[in-house]
Amino acid sequence: MTDSKYFTTTKKGEIFELKAELNSDKKEKKKEAVKKVIASMTVGKDVSALFPDVVNCMQTDNLELKKLVYLYLMNYAKSQPDMAIMAVNTFVKDCEDPNPLIRALAVRTMGCIRVDKITEYLCEPLRKCLKDEDPYVRKTAAVCVAKLHDINAQLVEDQGFLDTLKDLISDSNPMVVANAVAALSEIAESHPNSNLLDLNPQTINKLLTALNECTEWGQIFILDCLANYTPRDDRESQSICERVTPRLSHANSAVVLSAVKVLMKFMEMLPKDLDYYGTLLKKLAPPLVTLLSAEPELQYVALRNINLIVQRRYVLGDDLRRMFLYYSLVLGNSRLSPIKVMFTIAWYITVLAELKEYATEVDVDFVRKAVRAIGRCAIKVEQSAERCVSTLLDLIQTKVNYVVQEAIVVIKDIFRKYPNKYESVIGTLCENLDSLDEPEARAAMIWIVGEYAERIDNADELLESFLEGFHDESTQVQLQLLTAIVKLFLKKPTETQELVQQVLSLATQDSDNPDLRDRGYIYWRLLSTDPVAAKEVVLAEKPLISEETDLIEPTLLEELICHIGTLASVYHKPPSAFVEGSRGVQHKRLAGSSVESPDAGSAAGASEAPPAVIPSQGDLLGDLLNLDLTPPTTAGPPPPPSSGMQMGAMDLLGGGLDSLVGLLHNTTLLVSVQVWLPAMKAKGLEISGTFARRAGVIQMEMTLTNKAMSVMTDFAIQFNRNSFGLAPAGPLQVLSPLSPNQSIEVTLPLNTVGPVMKMDPLNNLQVAVKNNIDVFYFSCQYPISMLFVEDGKMERQVFLATWKDIPNDNESQFQIKDCHLNASSSKLQGSNIFTIAKRTVEGQDMLYQSMKLTNGIWLLAELRVQTGNPNYTVSTVLGLFMSWSHNTVVVLVLC
Amino acid sequence: MIGGLFIYNHKGEVLISRVYRDDIGRNAVDAFRVNVIHARQQVRSPVTNIARTSFFHVKRSNIWLAAVTKQNVNAAMVFEFLYKMCDVMTAYFGKISEENIKNNFVLIYELLDEILDFGYPQNSETGALKTFITQQGIKGQVKTKEEQSQITSQVTGQIGWRREGIKYRRNELFLDVLESVNLLMSPQGQVLSAHVSGRVVMKSYLSGMPECKFGMNDKIVIDKQGKGGASDDPGKSDLGGGSGKQSIAIDDCTFHQCVRLSKFDSERSISFIPPDGEYELMRYRTTKDIILPFRVIPLVREVGRTKLEVKVVIKSNFKPSLLAQKIEVRIPTPLNTSGVQVICMKGKAKYKASENAIVWKIKRMAGMKESQISAEIELLPTNDKKKWARPPISMNFEVPFAPSGLKVRYLKVFESKLNYSDHDVIKWVRYIGRSGIYETRC
Repeated sequence: MTDSKYFTTTKKGEIFELKAELNSDKKEKKKEAVKKVIASMTVGKDVSALFPDVVNCMQTDNLELKKLVYLYLMNYAKSQPDMAIMAVNTFVKDCEDPNPLIRALAVRTMGCIRVDKITEYLCEPLRKCLKDEDPYVRKTAAVCVAKLHDINAQLVEDQGFLDTLKDLISDSNPMVVANAVAALSEIAESHPNSNLLDLNPQTINKLLTALNECTEWGQIFILDCLANYTPRDDRESQSICERVTPRLSHANSAVVLSAVKVLMKFMEMLPKDLDYYGTLLKKLAPPLVTLLSAEPELQYVALRNINLIVQRRYVLGDDLRRMFLYYSLVLGNSRLSPIKVMFTIAWYITVLAELKEYATEVDVDFVRKAVRAIGRCAIKVEQSAERCVSTLLDLIQTKVNYVVQEAIVVIKDIFRKYPNKYESVIGTLCENLDSLDEPEARAAMIWIVGEYAERIDNADELLESFLEGFHDESTQVQLQLLTAIVKLFLKKPTETQELVQQVLSLATQDSDNPDLRDRGYIYWRLLSTDPVAAKEVVLAEKPLISEETDLIEPTLLEELICHIGTLASVYHKPPSAFVEGSRGVQHKRLAGSSVESPDAGSAAGASEAPPAVIPSQGDLLGDLLNLDLTPPTTAGPPPPPSSGMQMGAMDLLGGGLDSLVGLLHNTTLLVSVQVWLPAMKAKGLEISGTFARRAGVIQMEMTLTNKAMSVMTDFAIQFNRNSFGLAPAGPLQVLSPLSPNQSIEVTLPLNTVGPVMKMDPLNNLQVAVKNNIDVFYFSCQYPISMLFVEDGKMERQVFLATWKDIPNDNESQFQIKDCHLNASSSKLQGSNIFTIAKRTVEGQDMLYQSMKLTNGIWLLAELRVQTGNPNYTVSTVLGLFMSWSHNTVVVLVLC
Repeated sequence: MIGGLFIYNHKGEVLISRVYRDDIGRNAVDAFRVNVIHARQQVRSPVTNIARTSFFHVKRSNIWLAAVTKQNVNAAMVFEFLYKMCDVMTAYFGKISEENIKNNFVLIYELLDEILDFGYPQNSETGALKTFITQQGIKGQVKTKEEQSQITSQVTGQIGWRREGIKYRRNELFLDVLESVNLLMSPQGQVLSAHVSGRVVMKSYLSGMPECKFGMNDKIVIDKQGKGGASDDPGKSDLGGGSGKQSIAIDDCTFHQCVRLSKFDSERSISFIPPDGEYELMRYRTTKDIILPFRVIPLVREVGRTKLEVKVVIKSNFKPSLLAQKIEVRIPTPLNTSGVQVICMKGKAKYKASENAIVWKIKRMAGMKESQISAEIELLPTNDKKKWARPPISMNFEVPFAPSGLKVRYLKVFESKLNYSDHDVIKWVRYIGRSGIYETRC
């Protein structure tokens, strides 16, 4: 039977014909028609017009036809929600079918139809299926809970499906366990604070048992889930490791990588002097090497991961050496691997000794890379510099031509990185002058001679020897030679006058290269007019060089280790950098390592909502440049409607209510300090800060911390257009460079005359910070109350009139629960919220308040306080702004 | 998890499109086509991120399989799944081609519905799938209740790769030990690196649910049994294709999911209930005491600036009774070669200008033999100062033994419920050693 014919119909009245065929009495014809419909759907034609006709075919005994109709339904139900209801009955009936395959099919398909009305009907059948006698139905139902949660999370919670799902972890069938784990992990990810995946030693034990029995995919789900568990002590940690280790021999490399992830994480808990620790470390390396002989795509994933792993654990021993050679083989034989293979320094650090060995063995290209790597290693890791330099010297002694040349090039960089430290080797370098025939090496050597002319006795002779063939040299060498001789002249003017004249005339008169001529003339004029100035220019102190490498910042590395095997480990970026919405924002940390933030699961966690994720640099950049007037897509996830006012308020304020209320005593309004830009997202720059209004001036108070390994300079800041036109009133005052591990506090005064664009949430502020390394973006939220101006007190009469004038649509009411706010007018007034009137009605205090925003908009509020009851009812009337979010108003009123 | 799965032909037309998650829209299909299939520059990374959507792809002949996601999925799992998907399709309808896919699109949708649920891979063993998804449509409806529950328990059970009730008149099994030997040797004959990556492929035609135990000359096992004092001088003394070698040290091995890993971890015994038909039982890697089937001795002499003299001797290093086949030696020549004269005693040699190499082919060669080729290479004079990098001489061959020295000691079959014993099973073992990257620098 061939189905390809279904792809070929492209006639005009096709839909009509199909309609007729779908309504045909003959079963075969119907089936053919549905197949044609599916084929059209696949190639992207819109066949939604056939919806009722296809759904009519659903009532059938033919399972194949039924599956096809279901497939159609999944695609189009969303576009035709009303008609999709027609299918509900059949689904519900199928969920009762004696055949478990049909029951499972029905529940599986229903979960894929994202129509609210259908989901309501889904609950009962799903509940039954979760407790079905057949494991096949149960495992399908487990996944269906995750589907339903994606459509309507509240419904899943209300119906108690989560508990049923938790029960399934103890199911007798391993596949049911695996799917339940997968579903729970996914649901838990969108509720970072809930205690959904309540992992305790008992459940862990169950998972480990299922691990031995379930499918390869199930093993991956379970291992990935295990990686999120934190063992209580090192003994538990060890016993889990022991039971996970056998997975390292699995043929499925995803199982292997996930097992490695679990082991890497739990190893942190083990004492390093334990025998078992060493054994485990030894066991880790061989499977990683084996991964490298997998299919090319997996090889790629494996390489990216090994890259991380070796940066974390330098000692992977002898196997690494082999891995390294394998690498070199792959590189040397590009026909083998279509994938770009990447080296990192970490490799070289580990294998410095081997590098030396290979430097004389294998092919030229490889050796060059190896030598260059040693140099980079020296520059990046100061501790290794000494060893690297002596290795390089050994390499130079080999006298192998290309090795020597490459070594000299890198030594030049080392000199620049560590001035006055390794110059003793210059003598050795000079011995090899004659063998240099590559421009880059010659230029490097000339630079060295010029730079250290005062220490090299025969510097003039050396340079003179280069001068003989001046015109045959490449431009690079010529330029270098010119500079070097000028340097030499400035250092030893008496002996080298002739030489410098020679080179200047060569450069200016005999050369047609404009660069060379220009440089020659500049030197000439400098030397002839003001030798002192010339000295200042030519012999000026050089800035230290720093090396940009692919070494990953420790904080990021830690997080990535927790994501071994996943996309994050392939991209070498935290998940939040490429995953939208709240998912993945949750940061993972290795156990046992320095804890920076308290566990996200703690009670206080609720208030630590991370700053909204900035979508992509591209989009934002566009906005920042005022090129784009459409509202940005950034706006963090809208708070779930159920979360209650109090929670929402805290989200916005970033601090607990208590702290807020406490701070109201002061005349200024402060919000607790938040980390706006974590170091791992900004190449080591961490920015935390808060907003305040002090003496009528809005200020942004920031702490910049350099957690990178190099010095940061040239800071600047810019805001995206925002709801209230906030803009920096002056430049960012970071005068001195920020060296590693240093922090600096900066106060940036703000004004409100910048460009305006409505943000969502209203008080969202997108900020770009620049330094010498890169531009970074973050967004933060400021308390609306800092925008309340001092003259916000409205006349009583005006207040009454205005209150009446404003249409009811603009009024909203809220309850604030459990808030012990001693709302005396003076405290509120400190925050520029003015109480206009107060009256008592039936034991309730009614407060009428007004406030005025920087942009001249008035806000009026009525606060109802019941004595002895900590609940407040607020109804607010707004001025011109129509669409304040609830939360904003609450914050505003609370202040 | 996986948000959607697409299959394209070489032109980028969609053949199969199945979306599992709401966050993947129809535009994802086009995004992949435009940015990867039709990309101006060949996309080399198998993972591509386009507008915060990640695409994983593999290519089989000229068919593209792409998995799409917006989440931080397990990347290794996605690729493993795509391979599995290819295996399953091959098991159902043979080669993965545009025609076959179009002919079986209903079947593929059915499979995709079964093996991927909401983006989570489910049981994908063809043995199990074939019990209820067939090309002739679904059998489901004609089955009895017992049969149905048997199917479901098998699909979700511990032994998802094998169905019950398999019967053969003749119980038979085939074991192939397939190795690829890799070598990098210096011109002086010093081994710079050598490793063997091997696979044990099993074809089983056994009735019932047989319990199997596989044994090989694994050094750890042999030493534990106290039989072999092997480690003293294993490989060196024997040039006879590894027959005298007692045991081998395995660096690392991985197993098909049927093997009980915890048992291997604790006792190092390999026990399993095999899938029916052909599958890969294990993969392994060794680096010690490798028998190098051939030794290449190069001699390159530069005669002036326009001439090279090359002499290459190959020596076979295994039992004289064994025959190596498909031998090919590839001697690289400089880019400025103008002409080549070749003389060889055995086989055929040709200069292939397009490949910049002399290719010397020998059909068969017995062990402990030697053969030689000499060539004169004429060069065009060039200004290029850069010296010729002298790429290594590479070799291809196939030999009927395992260069690692691996030996199958036994494969025992137990099936308690049926009336056949280990002795009744006909067993075949075959060893094939092939060259991987087998290079000698010159």
